[in-house]
Amino acid sequence: MQYEAVIGLEVHVQVKTNTKMFCGCKNEYGGEVNTHVCPVCLGLPGALPTANEHAIVKTLAAGLMLGCDITPHSKFDRKHYFYPDMPKNYQITQYDCPFCVGGGVVLEKFAFPKDVQKDEQALAQKKIRLIRIHLEEDVAKSFHFEEQSGIDFNRAGTPLMEIVSEADISTPEEAFAYLTTLRQIMVYGGISDADMEKGQMRCDVNISVRPVGQIEFGTKTELKNLNSISGVRRALQFEIPRQIEVVSKGGTIRQETRRWDDARGQTTVMRVKENAHDYRYFPEPDLLPVRTDRGLKTEAEKMIPELPRQKKERFMRDFGLSDYQAEVLAQERALADYYDDAVKSSTQGVLIANYIINDFLATEPDLGNLPIPPSHFRELADLVGGNKINSKQAKEVLLEMFESHKQPTQIVSEKGLEQVTDTAQLEAFCDEAIAANEKSVADYKSGKTGAINALKGFVMKKTKGQANPAVIDEILRQKLQ
Amino acid sequence: MSLHTETIASLRRKLTAKEISPTDIVQDLLKRIESVDPKVQGYLRVNAEAALQQAKVADLNRPLGGIPIAIKDNINEKGEDCTCASQILKGYIAPYDATVTAQLKAAGAILLGRTNMDEFAMGSSTEHSSFQKTSNPWKLDHIPGGSSGGSAAVVAANEAIASLGSDTGGSIRQPAALCGCVGLKPTYGRVSRYGLVAFASSLDQIGPFTKTVEDSALLLQAIAGHDVMENTSRTVEVPDYSASLKQPVKGLRIGIPKEYFGEGIDPEVAAAIKKSIDWFSAEGAEIKEISLPHTHAAIAVYYIIATAEASANLARFDGVRYGHRTSTIGDPLTIYCKSRAEGFGPEVKRRIILGTYVLSSGYYDAYYNRAQKVRQLLRRDFTNAFQGCDVILTPTAPTPAFKVGEKMNDPLQMYLADIFTIAVNLAEVCGISIPCGFSSGKLPIGLQLIGSHFQEGTLFRAAHAYEQAHDWYKQRPLL
Amino acid sequence: MAGLARLELNADETEKFQKQLGNILEFVEALQKIDISSVPDAAIDCSLTTNVLRVDEIRPSLTAEDVVRNAPKSSNNLIIMPKIVE
Repeated sequence: MQYEAVIGLEVHVQVKTNTKMFCGCKNEYGGEVNTHVCPVCLGLPGALPTANEHAIVKTLAAGLMLGCDITPHSKFDRKHYFYPDMPKNYQITQYDCPFCVGGGVVLEKFAFPKDVQKDEQALAQKKIRLIRIHLEEDVAKSFHFEEQSGIDFNRAGTPLMEIVSEADISTPEEAFAYLTTLRQIMVYGGISDADMEKGQMRCDVNISVRPVGQIEFGTKTELKNLNSISGVRRALQFEIPRQIEVVSKGGTIRQETRRWDDARGQTTVMRVKENAHDYRYFPEPDLLPVRTDRGLKTEAEKMIPELPRQKKERFMRDFGLSDYQAEVLAQERALADYYDDAVKSSTQGVLIANYIINDFLATEPDLGNLPIPPSHFRELADLVGGNKINSKQAKEVLLEMFESHKQPTQIVSEKGLEQVTDTAQLEAFCDEAIAANEKSVADYKSGKTGAINALKGFVMKKTKGQANPAVIDEILRQKLQ
Repeated sequence: MSLHTETIASLRRKLTAKEISPTDIVQDLLKRIESVDPKVQGYLRVNAEAALQQAKVADLNRPLGGIPIAIKDNINEKGEDCTCASQILKGYIAPYDATVTAQLKAAGAILLGRTNMDEFAMGSSTEHSSFQKTSNPWKLDHIPGGSSGGSAAVVAANEAIASLGSDTGGSIRQPAALCGCVGLKPTYGRVSRYGLVAFASSLDQIGPFTKTVEDSALLLQAIAGHDVMENTSRTVEVPDYSASLKQPVKGLRIGIPKEYFGEGIDPEVAAAIKKSIDWFSAEGAEIKEISLPHTHAAIAVYYIIATAEASANLARFDGVRYGHRTSTIGDPLTIYCKSRAEGFGPEVKRRIILGTYVLSSGYYDAYYNRAQKVRQLLRRDFTNAFQGCDVILTPTAPTPAFKVGEKMNDPLQMYLADIFTIAVNLAEVCGISIPCGFSSGKLPIGLQLIGSHFQEGTLFRAAHAYEQAHDWYKQRPLL
Repeated sequence: MAGLARLELNADETEKFQKQLGNILEFVEALQKIDISSVPDAAIDCSLTTNVLRVDEIRPSLTAEDVVRNAPKSSNNLIIMPKIVE
């Protein structure tokens, strides 16, 4: 009997804003404990929330980028549960009127792990449907010691988007691709830095198995403590076979929450799922309703950049890049913008792409702080394209560029690399070469076309290697006719 | 000098004329408090030293410069205890000012002390304070009303020139009526709730207790307005409230809702109210009978909404970040349950349980959601009524204050006691209670005027004219 | 209910509150009888004011000392609770 996995992901993404969701405290990772806290996010008596407009706009932008419908009339709700990391013992979230509904994520080849990019699943362009995206506030952070726990409220109140997918994911690799794509879109749009290690993107997985062809879902388990995208893949690589083993032997899966232990490579039971928690949702009376159709949606639309997929298509179409080149440059927004700045109106798109991908990236530059002005690459490419220097010399210039950050034209003149293009000068050298190499001339004229190389070599030596070989070749051939 | 008997307006005149200093006022009040508060027990804490300090540096150019004001103990004042008269907040020191506190400071007022209340504003007699019982200054073995009993009593007893209280279902107006002073519940959204410890978020409002309507206008002027920290505070412009005091009563249309008059009202109260209606009529106001047909539903709607919101708002009191934490050792769940059981009084616990039930799964639609819908009908009742009249007149309470420990036994009276005030909160309109007489037992009787949204000016107009034509407001209890 | 509300009740209180829950039911029944067909069914009343939103500008926070000052137990500016087991 063949089994298939049915997987849905719930992803929480911290929104990148100056301030928290419901108060003016700084929204920053890693500050000194309890220094970004105020009466509102501490849940002091009498404190009241006010909604962060920018967080809402960014959430709408995320929804638009993911193809969601934006809810015109929306609101916030209270979700009740008691926990030490909950300052008010209710969380302000959205229950039945989330900002975004529907939408989906297309899984592109390059989003999959490298080792499966040639597989069928990576080429399928499968779309994972989303159910909804809503906005809420994050909880505080607990530090656990031997006998007690300490709570830091810096994180409490951080704006948090919750993105819920349909159970459309079928393999660990698809989950990997989904998360990678989601992260890329968040970073691209400036919505979030989505760094899983900093807790800026967190993922819970719901997974069940069923015989292929069955319509009903099997019992699902929830996986937690997934701290990286590859960790999610590994956890599913364990859990899916585990469930299949149980079920195929006639056993039943218990509805439970399981904790992924990355070091040991296994999931273990955290808690058995009791009856659904009664969250006693009701509309947040301290906050006015939010109409997205009164300017917020428009603002969100303005925020949306060209997305990776569109960038890639444009690079291939307008600059003639290959699939691979376009993919590499479109991946990270910083790099794509850099490339765009470098090319501008130059016709040397491919050449520039080569320099950046093959040479520049090899030096592992900081994408957040690229040291070389993009125009330098364009300058270099134009020098080569205009036959001012040859490609071998270009490599030399590149090395110098990376070290000294000087402009290519400056480097070329300093090193005296200017290709000799003065035709008169070249003609003179060619005449010299012919005069000095009687034998080679005779060989060439008698049919040994290879003999021209000796003459070329002579000229190259005279020009200290700074002539364009093709040009010399043409002049010589003409003269030897 | 008996400055403690004066009003904001009269003191401001004397201060500006340099006849007296703020220190004079504070010192006189402190003497009065020392003499009288052991009997009245209106104050939880008097900030004598701080008040004298503030008096020294008071800026007389500000609208309330040099005027000492008392504050109900559920309004945050930076550096001061804020207990809400509950054990669960005993020793809690507020690290921030409520917006109204900051506004009072900005207006030059002196913060004199913190007044007693029913625990977390839940109650109508101040008997549910976990610290002390406040007495009605007119008869010390009678209740002052609640939940802002302390704030009302200290003004009535001349222990404060004015005070601030909060009103969720009548907690300013009812004690004002029972103690014989002026109490205003502004329109919902008129005054910022930031820093008021929340009871029912969609009903709470902060408002002034004063000796005169003129003072009420002065105090409202200082605290009204939109607050960026508080989303439900409205951006409606704040008019010059004192200007409305000069307007005559003639031509005012006064609605008398038939559902508020009938069986259950104490005959002396009924007589006093009738007399006041006659007075308005004689002054040229148009009296018309109106109907607020959904009045009977108000109680159910109020209890469902208020307890639901309260249960959520009080969830934060868990002994983790502040307040009482049980000494019992245990896991977080145990800490919560025991801290809350030890810290909350019975009335508070009752409302939390009821509110939790109202919101629990399966009941939301039938209970809370439905109540909010019926609330809309109540709102409409008032909107429709205000098409044809400018103010609505009712008794504030069906009886004068009763004795401590006695409860109302007559269910009809209990019903009316709620009805008279809670509909105003549900409809989010404004209401003021002013003295309109005394019972034969020399206990005050209160008259309520209800105005449409943001029409406090109309209330002041009608209330001031009535007040100045009678001498109820000049009478003070003998203490 | 007490569990949900995280309130430990003794036997007396439990009995009393059970009775009062009965009262609420009476209220609720009364409400069921009222005709609300004229009230719009939408989850949100957008005839109310909407969209009063806060500008994303930093405001001063409390100091860490202020944050832990009222805490029953604190250490190194963290608020301390008995060990929380996830």
